[in-house]
Amino acid sequence: MMKKGWVAGIATTMAVSCVAPAAQDPPSPARQHEIVRLLQQDCGSCHGLTLKGGLGPALLPQALAGKSPEFLRDTILNGRPGTPMAPWRPFLNDVEAAWLVDRLLQGKTDAP
Amino acid sequence: MRRSVSVLFCAAVALGGCATAELRGTGDLGVIVERASGAVQVMDTTHRAPLARVTGLGDLSHASVVYSRDARYAYVFGRDGGLSKVDLLRGRLEKRIVQAGNAIGGAISQDGRLIAVSNYEPGGVRVFDAATLEAIADIPATFQNGERRSKVVGLVDAPDERFVFSLYDAGEIWVADFSDRRHPAVRKFPNAGVQPYDGTVTPDGRYYVAGLFGEDGLALLDLWNLNGGVRRVLPHYGRGEQKLPVYKMPHLDNWAMADGVAFVPAVGRNEVLIIDMRDWSEAGRITVAGQPVFVVARPDGRQVWVNFAPPNNDTVQVIDVPSRRITKILQPGKGVLHMEFTPRGEAVWLSVRDEDRVDVYATASLQRVGTLPVEKPSGIFFTARAYRIGQ
Ligand code: HEC
Repeated sequence: MMKKGWVAGIATTMAVSCVAPAAQDPPSPARQHEIVRLLQQDCGSCHGLTLKGGLGPALLPQALAGKSPEFLRDTILNGRPGTPMAPWRPFLNDVEAAWLVDRLLQGKTDAP
Repeated sequence: MRRSVSVLFCAAVALGGCATAELRGTGDLGVIVERASGAVQVMDTTHRAPLARVTGLGDLSHASVVYSRDARYAYVFGRDGGLSKVDLLRGRLEKRIVQAGNAIGGAISQDGRLIAVSNYEPGGVRVFDAATLEAIADIPATFQNGERRSKVVGLVDAPDERFVFSLYDAGEIWVADFSDRRHPAVRKFPNAGVQPYDGTVTPDGRYYVAGLFGEDGLALLDLWNLNGGVRRVLPHYGRGEQKLPVYKMPHLDNWAMADGVAFVPAVGRNEVLIIDMRDWSEAGRITVAGQPVFVVARPDGRQVWVNFAPPNNDTVQVIDVPSRRITKILQPGKGVLHMEFTPRGEAVWLSVRDEDRVDVYATASLQRVGTLPVEKPSGIFFTARAYRIGQ
């Protein structure tokens, strides 16, 4: 069961590298894995491994409640000038950032 | 004879259980933080072997460690405000308190009796008795007429029972004098610089230096002459150019001094800056593989090792100090987070987070001479820090 999902994940990644996905397709399972890892390790260096905050604010659902997903996605992709929050566009595309914001708002930030 | 000594030792530690009666010193020991598992490994750096794994230390992302003056106890500062006292010889947690919601590191006082922790939430510094971890003092980092509290960074100890630290949100440097331990006298230096992100003290304990994120330059305070105030070092090192995005904050750990100059990471530039220690002027810069995070000198000052922010965090560069050239580029693996030299510098240990490994390099040959399995390793701290000012 597990194994099958994993294989399908790899297949999707390969497909993505050949054919550009439709804009609304969510990231492949393998890519989701990478994004969660990026979140925990790299975002975590400022927002905390458990996202409870550090130099950057907490990214837990309670902390983000009331902020629009578009606004948060824009922060992630374009950063906030004058603060240490950098633009992460070189590492994430629009669809991936939208997926990540969705996960943050739901508090589902463990590996999918 | 030998047996009687260990029997005596055994009787002395009987209460704690006497699994191993072998006598040993702690001078060649160290602690490696496993950031994701809330554990530390106690390492023997002579035999490059783990002695114990101590768990239950909470959220150790960005954890740091200082040592008691007898180098027996490690104080581990966790992200979650946890302060844990670990007994290296018994390989166990002695005591743990959670003293704040979100913390960033700490220091031990000159006389070894006080532990200070710098907190993000609630912003300030709290001070504890090193023996019991009983609370001694609380210094809220308030600014704007007490209406706001700032995150505190760059906390170090300094001679004459002082702790020095920077207020990230307020742009201030504070010096807390603990000569009277229950009633610290705090001297504040406002307008120290925009967004200090870390601080350190020179090995002689004289100068406190804070790195600035919000402007080019470093803030310098002469602890021998507080009335001289804070001055700016290397202002405008970015020459007005647009900074690169910073994907990880640099650190000022040990002051990397060698051959009369100091090496510091530039913020938002792929450069290591060189400062002339006689007059604090710029003495050059070295272009490196990415944005430097740690810039650390071998204890004798002959080499400076540099690691980098993502996406270059698989690389380490070695600068030869006399020629100021990069003489070696290493690619230990993804996520090189920290580097620590053995006390006299014949070896350096590197944590390679994503590969669950700590690698040991000989600094003479620049070859890897050992590797140890450690889960998601981050900070590496050897007991030689027990005798250094500013750690
Ligand atoms: C170098 C430190 C640093 C890193 C690394 C970092 N951030 Fe940030 N982030 C900040 C800071 C500081 C702020 C607050 C900016 C401000 O003052 O408005 C912030 C703000 C944010 C916000 C807005 C929160 C809010 O409540 O409005 C989001 C969302 C966010 N970051 C997500 C991320 C993600 C996702 C990553 C990794 C891809 C990341 N950050 C990496 C420092 C960082």
